[in-house]
Amino acid sequence: MPESTEPNRPDTSAESTAQTTPEATAEPTAAAAADDATTRPAVTPTTDATAPLADPADEVTEINPDVDITPDDIGVPEVAEGERLLEVDDVTLRFGGVVALNEVSFHINKGEILGLIGPNGAGKTTCFNVMTGVYQPTSGGIRYLGKPLGKRKKFQITKLGIARTFQNIRLFANMTALENVLVGVDAHHSTGIGAAMFRLPKHRREEAQGYARAMELLTFMGLDGKADELARNLPYGDQRRLEIARALATSPQLLCLDEPAAGFNPAEKAKLMELIRTIRDQGYTVLLIEHDMKLVMGVTDRIVVLEFGRKIAEGSPAEIRDNPAVIAAYLGVDEEDAS
Amino acid sequence: MSTSTGTAASTKQRRLGFKERVNNLPRAVKILLWVVFAVFLFMLPLLNIPFITTEGSDFGGVLFTVATYVLVALGLNIVVGYAGLLDLGYVGFYAIGAYTVGVLSAEHAKLSWVVVVPIAIVVAMVSGVVLGAPTLRVRGDYLAIVTLGFGEIVRLTLVNSEWLGASRGISDIPKPPGVELFEVPSIDWSSGAPVVDLDTTSTFLKFGITDFVPYYWLALGVIALVLLFDILVKSSRVGRAWEATREDEDAAELMGVPTFRFKLLAFALGAAIGGLSGALFATKAGFINPQSFELLLSILFIAAVVVGGAGNRWGVIVGAIVVAYFPERFREFADFRVLVFGLALMLLAIFRPQGLLPPRRTVRAKRADARQAVLEEGEASA
Ligand SMILES: Nc1ncnc2c1ncn2[C@@H]1O[C@H](COP(=O)(O)OP(=O)(O)OP(=O)(O)O)[C@@H](O)[C@H]1O
Ligand SMILES: [Mg+2]
Repeated sequence: MPESTEPNRPDTSAESTAQTTPEATAEPTAAAAADDATTRPAVTPTTDATAPLADPADEVTEINPDVDITPDDIGVPEVAEGERLLEVDDVTLRFGGVVALNEVSFHINKGEILGLIGPNGAGKTTCFNVMTGVYQPTSGGIRYLGKPLGKRKKFQITKLGIARTFQNIRLFANMTALENVLVGVDAHHSTGIGAAMFRLPKHRREEAQGYARAMELLTFMGLDGKADELARNLPYGDQRRLEIARALATSPQLLCLDEPAAGFNPAEKAKLMELIRTIRDQGYTVLLIEHDMKLVMGVTDRIVVLEFGRKIAEGSPAEIRDNPAVIAAYLGVDEEDAS
Repeated sequence: MSTSTGTAASTKQRRLGFKERVNNLPRAVKILLWVVFAVFLFMLPLLNIPFITTEGSDFGGVLFTVATYVLVALGLNIVVGYAGLLDLGYVGFYAIGAYTVGVLSAEHAKLSWVVVVPIAIVVAMVSGVVLGAPTLRVRGDYLAIVTLGFGEIVRLTLVNSEWLGASRGISDIPKPPGVELFEVPSIDWSSGAPVVDLDTTSTFLKFGITDFVPYYWLALGVIALVLLFDILVKSSRVGRAWEATREDEDAAELMGVPTFRFKLLAFALGAAIGGLSGALFATKAGFINPQSFELLLSILFIAAVVVGGAGNRWGVIVGAIVVAYFPERFREFADFRVLVFGLALMLLAIFRPQGLLPPRRTVRAKRADARQAVLEEGEASA
């Protein structure tokens, strides 16, 4: 995807390259590092000179995009790049009288970043909830890897490779950052009481593997220095990133982010979009809910627009921008977009 | 990155906690400390330390009671502290453990203690599964009410069932088979200074009816095993799944944790440990009746866990000691016991709402750091 690999935000990429820690560069294999060098061209001197100026005021945790966080093999069928990963088929969901989703259909291709946008109450979060098994649709269904999800339980769907974050942060507040991520990695582990009690090889192997992956993800997010902090003591931005790390820990085929930039200032938002792109480049498919139209335009490959539970448009960012129905839906609704 | 290295450095310089300081000691010193501590606990009933030793009642018996509370607190901590399930009927499992021993070794069969105790554990565990399977699907308050009811139902069943001895209970529960290995002398303080008293001894391990010290030793051994089990399981995927479930059940489920299964596991393990403590209680007491299993006991068990700090195994041990020992030590103020206890709980709720020793969740990374530091120290001194 050429548009995502261009350093179109030189300031952020300059910082992230400059901020790479020694541990981070030590992590990936030589091949991965070389691969990264091609996707992330060297920074020009001009941007380098501006970087230190921005530094002192900068409280934002920097990510280490070079750390290899490619998903583990979780034993689900491979989907070729660009093929359909998940299909939402005519999904209707009613809460009593409220029709939260009304015959919504769209699909997500492997390897893309799909934006799901719409005004407040449009049904975006509900759509996530249906996809992750929180709600059963009143009619219609979800097809994932070509097969219906059916009435699978939430944890089973996660094991199949759909992970999500929450609009309102829902970390395990009294567990450390590391433990939060470990819970995600554990999704594909099977250590039970016996293996733990007798410290069987399975336990030791899974612990070592889980710990390594969790630390990689924390390093990637720039949170490795805070691995031992309780999640509830982390700054807001770190909590948001930790939620993404925890979801990534489950090695999802599809990563669903529910307004990950909520509460961020424009600079932080821009960085987050850069992060999402890096995540995709590392082999994930991303479904992104975001309010800020401009941001979605910059980062997504395709966009689906919901309004009052109905899909009103679908297409490339350029098509969506010029779509009269979308303009009508957003007019006066989203002040940020109006400015 | 400058900011994050700054925080890392400041964490290193921060005042070290007790646990970290202990962890930083050389390995040999650590082992030595543990051995000294274990010997102290082993000898405690025979040291007759002034002020600590209970005057009115036999100190060995008191220590045994304290030990059963510790065991109960460890079991209940898995349910309440780790998995976050409020179980108000824990005494039910305690009673089931005790009555299984009573029924199978005295009332209806004459099985050996060695056979009966594992059966008691299994029976309690199965009853935990039977109670948990339908109720763990409901949340929070409902679970508390259902378990509260369970505790009472068990007691009422005991009162009303002739087969279980009704209100008269079961007596003549046989002692565990003992081996008389060696005698341990006690310490006499009557002259003002400690003197070894070779006439007053306890035999390891002779389960008699006058000397309760061997029962305390037995309970101590069981506690050590349960503690080891607790430590091993808690620091694994299972322990993390429990904690994640406690923190946010929906989020845990959406992160791939089969929460129901893990809640049931916690419930069953808690029940098994409760049954084990009940079995030990029945063994030492020699007779049991429904009055030994009042609702108040459930409340005391919960109090032990909450007072100590739910979720921290060392905390709940301290809580159990507080709840079980102080009332025995200050028997002379028996009339005011409940009042003082209530006051203490209120003060605790105000000043230490997380319990005396709230869980400090250290993780491997920290331990690994400490180990690294020890290694580096070792290399530097070598
Ligand atoms: N559990 C529920 N019970 C009843 N109604 C619900 C429930 N969940 C969502 N709804 C309704 O469904 C509609 C869609 O809600 P949803 O949270 O999906 O919107 P959204 O697009 O995520 O909005 P926002 O941008 O505010 O997050 C709303 O009208 C909401 O009130
Ligand atoms: Mg929403």
